[in-house]
Amino acid sequence: MKKIYLDNAATTAVDESVIKAMVPYFNEKYGNASSQHLFGQEAKRAMEESRVIIAKAIGARYDEIYFTSGGTEANNWVIKEIGFANQANDKNHIITTKIEHDCVLNSCNLMEKLGFNVTYLDVDKQGFVNPKDVENAITDKTLLVSVIHGNNEIGTIQDLQSIGRICKEKGVYFHTDACQSFTKVKINVKKIPIDLITLNAHKIHGPKGIGALYIRKGTKIGALLHGGGHEQGLRSGTENIPGIIGFARAVKIANFRDIKKMQELRDKLINGILKSIPDAKLNGPKGNKRLCNNINILFKGVEAEAIGGYLDAKAICSSTGSACSSHTLDPSHVLIAIGLSPEQANSSIRLSLSKFNTKEEINYILKILPKIIKKLRKISVFR
Amino acid sequence: MTYSKKLIKIFENPKNVGEIKDANAKARVKSSICGDIMDIYLKIGDNKIEDIKFQTFGCIASIISGSVLTEIVKGKKINDVKKINQKHILRKLNGLPPIKFHCADLALSTLKKAIKDYEKKKGK
Ligand SMILES: Cc1ncc(COP(=O)(O)O)c(C=O)c1O
Ligand code: FES
Repeated sequence: MKKIYLDNAATTAVDESVIKAMVPYFNEKYGNASSQHLFGQEAKRAMEESRVIIAKAIGARYDEIYFTSGGTEANNWVIKEIGFANQANDKNHIITTKIEHDCVLNSCNLMEKLGFNVTYLDVDKQGFVNPKDVENAITDKTLLVSVIHGNNEIGTIQDLQSIGRICKEKGVYFHTDACQSFTKVKINVKKIPIDLITLNAHKIHGPKGIGALYIRKGTKIGALLHGGGHEQGLRSGTENIPGIIGFARAVKIANFRDIKKMQELRDKLINGILKSIPDAKLNGPKGNKRLCNNINILFKGVEAEAIGGYLDAKAICSSTGSACSSHTLDPSHVLIAIGLSPEQANSSIRLSLSKFNTKEEINYILKILPKIIKKLRKISVFR
Repeated sequence: MTYSKKLIKIFENPKNVGEIKDANAKARVKSSICGDIMDIYLKIGDNKIEDIKFQTFGCIASIISGSVLTEIVKGKKINDVKKINQKHILRKLNGLPPIKFHCADLALSTLKKAIKDYEKKKGK
């Protein structure tokens, strides 16, 4: 059976051209970028070229890009080290939302234990943060606002421009986690007043274990990792050169055509499901304010894990919310935040596309899925 | 998936699914752990389970557990069924991930509650 991979919000296949670009940096150009000799210089040059590519993609200066081990690290870095570096003068308040990735939420939980106050903003039924709520939540103790750009579960894309403007007016640092939206939704730091952006590679056909944090010049932030002084002294540790090369390559090959294609497949799948399956409902917004690759649907009366199981038996890989959620039995905090009951949250599945998915695959799913839902509804106590 | 091939086979074709219209006992239990729900219908005659069916709003493991448990007890004497505990069913569900043990419990406690329902009605 041919496998159909629809869990690209969890991670993507590394593009062949990315692999090709990376390979020499394992066994030919394997120098440590801190070494002075030829190998070191070669690695350093490649790393800095990559930094420029990534910086350009968001309109930043190359020395505002700091490589990390991924999105989790970059988010931990922001929440903790913006917090610690700015906590003087009584500032101890962080604002975030109820729909962040666990790495932001759990970092915020830690900050609360350390004496910080954290406000978790509500979102509306489609997952949008109201910029007015951000404005109202800011006090003279607030030091940071962190809002996820494109939501990993329901695809909602936030209005960074409006939120950024408010933060700038109030003199509060503004951070966004752009892991899901990077290269899919334009983000330009020359236009959007934003101080910190989390990026990673493995959602865009790059390798796992590499990401970056954009830090606007002048931002007061401490180091997360202390050591030999890499990354302008803010992030020590021998740089992951193959990862960095692969990351830059992935950014370079991302293009509008692929986004368009994903949008079309997304809408075909959403509309097809809603038309052919009764009592199915789209979670999150429709159209341009939704990530081009995200589909999240609530099937009344059936349990998502069971749907996933039958899909899996047909070699279709889906997800019940976020990959991390599978560690727990709790309903998704994002679906609860948009007003779903725990039962509805547990009846929702996420299908997330990449440029590698095809129309044929979508047609196949549209053939299989109605049968699965019908079968499960027969088993279900709710009918 | 984290389930064995044998369990997946059961999941793909669960037995004893549905309702019994003229059931003489039934029960619904909501798991205190995951919030999922199971219904069990019993048709008991001569102190024996003549027919049993289940429905669930639950995960893969709950469907497997419902199928396996109902197959074990179908045709058995009530007194024997009452002796079944978690160990018995988990043995049959060899390979169930530990995080899913409560799903087997859900099936078992729904069955026990249905039997109680029968005995209560009979006592009257
Ligand atoms: C929105 C979001 N933030 C952060 C992360 C974590 O990134 P990483 O896996 O690179 O640590 C992910 C995905 O895993 C994500 O979807
Ligand atoms: S997780 Fe609820 S029954 Fe299995």
